[in-house]
Amino acid sequence: MEIATPPAVATVEPHSTRRAMAPPSRFGDKAFEWLTLAMALAVVVLVVVIGWQLWLGSSLAIKKFGFHFLTTSTWDPVAEQFGALPFIYGTLVSSLIALLIAVPLSIATAAYLTELAPLWIRQPLVSLIEMLAAIPSVILGLWGIFVMIPWLRDYPFPLLKRLFGWTPFFAGPIYGTSMLAGGIIIAIMILPIITSVSREILRSVPNLQREAAYALGATRWEATRIAVFSYAKKGLFGAVILGLGRALGETMAVTMVIGNTPQIAASLFKPGYTLASVIANEFTEATTDMYLQALFEIGLVLFGTTILANLVAQILLQTMGTTSATRAVQ
Amino acid sequence: MNSGRTNNHTWRKIKSALASTIAFVSALLVIAPLGLVFFHLVANGASSVNWDFFTKLPKPVGVVGGGMVNAIMGSLELLGLASVIGIPVGVLGGVYLAEYGSARVNSLLRFVADVLNGVPSITWGVVVYGLVVLRFKGFSAYAGGLALGLIMIPLIIRTTEEVILLVPNGYREAALALGVSRWKTIVHIVMKTASKGIITGILLALARVGGETAPLLFTAFGNRFWNHNLAEPIAALPLQIFTYAISPYDDWHRQAWAGALVLVTGIFCVNVVVRILTRGRTASLV
Repeated sequence: MEIATPPAVATVEPHSTRRAMAPPSRFGDKAFEWLTLAMALAVVVLVVVIGWQLWLGSSLAIKKFGFHFLTTSTWDPVAEQFGALPFIYGTLVSSLIALLIAVPLSIATAAYLTELAPLWIRQPLVSLIEMLAAIPSVILGLWGIFVMIPWLRDYPFPLLKRLFGWTPFFAGPIYGTSMLAGGIIIAIMILPIITSVSREILRSVPNLQREAAYALGATRWEATRIAVFSYAKKGLFGAVILGLGRALGETMAVTMVIGNTPQIAASLFKPGYTLASVIANEFTEATTDMYLQALFEIGLVLFGTTILANLVAQILLQTMGTTSATRAVQ
Repeated sequence: MNSGRTNNHTWRKIKSALASTIAFVSALLVIAPLGLVFFHLVANGASSVNWDFFTKLPKPVGVVGGGMVNAIMGSLELLGLASVIGIPVGVLGGVYLAEYGSARVNSLLRFVADVLNGVPSITWGVVVYGLVVLRFKGFSAYAGGLALGLIMIPLIIRTTEEVILLVPNGYREAALALGVSRWKTIVHIVMKTASKGIITGILLALARVGGETAPLLFTAFGNRFWNHNLAEPIAALPLQIFTYAISPYDDWHRQAWAGALVLVTGIFCVNVVVRILTRGRTASLV
């Protein structure tokens, strides 16, 4: 008597196997699939709801101020005149300062973690960076008010003034709370995300690249520069843009140290204001409908710019094949 | 000629060492804020973390003492409300991405979830204000919980999907071969196998939104007293820290440091628990 041997199961790509193996549809199966689909679609619904709600909340302001909302700088709730330019300016300048500080540090750290550091030091360092990412914004702001600002006011700021006081950027009196302080605190907030996404990018560079460089006699740094960085350029750019997206929307810490004054001033020692900060500070004080509308419109501007930054970042990261990298720090 | 080459070689080696040193210093600078913040939290906050802090309500201005028990409980209540929304939607959505759907649709959904993760948390506050607070004419714990819950959704979707994809296909095949229906296989075999990872993702999401202030400013709003009704404003630890930090009173500043120390300790504890749960595998998860 012959024993029936089970038919060999073809080893196909896992996803398609699972579907091929699905038994004929039953009610429970269909219901569960539709339920999970509905939940997965929540992300799409949420993006639409955010956009729709922000637009709905600001439609009167959009109608009344039109494009001038973005190009005028009067912010006078009493006279119901609203121009968002000082906040747009403050957001861009503080984010730019943050990127100037955070990008070199983060990418150098990422390179250290993947290419240069001794192996035993890597994992502990990664854990510490994850801990930094876990510190809430409001606590960094608290530290900023009581520790960072007094220190900046006493040591680095006077030094900067002595060295570069002749330029408009470091001129004028030093208060402590300032655009520069805001930029520095944002830099601290975005260091972990740029570092860990860059690290994932560098890790995804094939070892063949490095081996080729070493085979040609490259030193460690030369291999990093020629074989790794040039290969990962696009992904690293994606990491930077992702950091920019976070910087633009950073709220609590920056609100606590930037000074919250709607003005456009060349000096980085002067206080500034950002889109996110003005919402945080004035939302509950908005007594008139138009005031609230204007704040909703600021929210819309903020949402639009951060969505744009995130779209660009995700596209750049996806072309590097490291979509999971964005979740390294959350 | 020969000596020129040696010099060149030496110079290149020096350059390499220099680059390594710069990278090392950068790494130190990146983690320096962690050390500094933690040092100052302990130095300024430890003395005010006492029994009263965990058992008493805040005292009015000028009266020394008091605690933050209402804010701590408020934060826990808000996290509970957030979980009601964030966990089912996030986990089931993650199940869909891992178990069903076409590759193209799923990569699009993944993309949208990642973009959604980048939305500033203050935006959620504004949106929930429009959706709930304006409509029901008042700040409430529900509104705050909703804002936090919505932030959790994309976080949990992505971690759940990742751990479910780690479950070996043989498990599914074995269950299906026994005639177990597809959805029961997923719930009882796949999700159960991945439960540790799913819980890890949930804990990380809770730790993340537990420290959020911006989405609560005009949803939960804060409250100096006990909240007896979830349709009323409620206190939260990060909110209370913010209010105290920007106040002009020394005693409130001390309370803010104490609250910050408690909050950070809680968040770090969750992270350590997660590290223990996932020790030895899927380091990328954490």
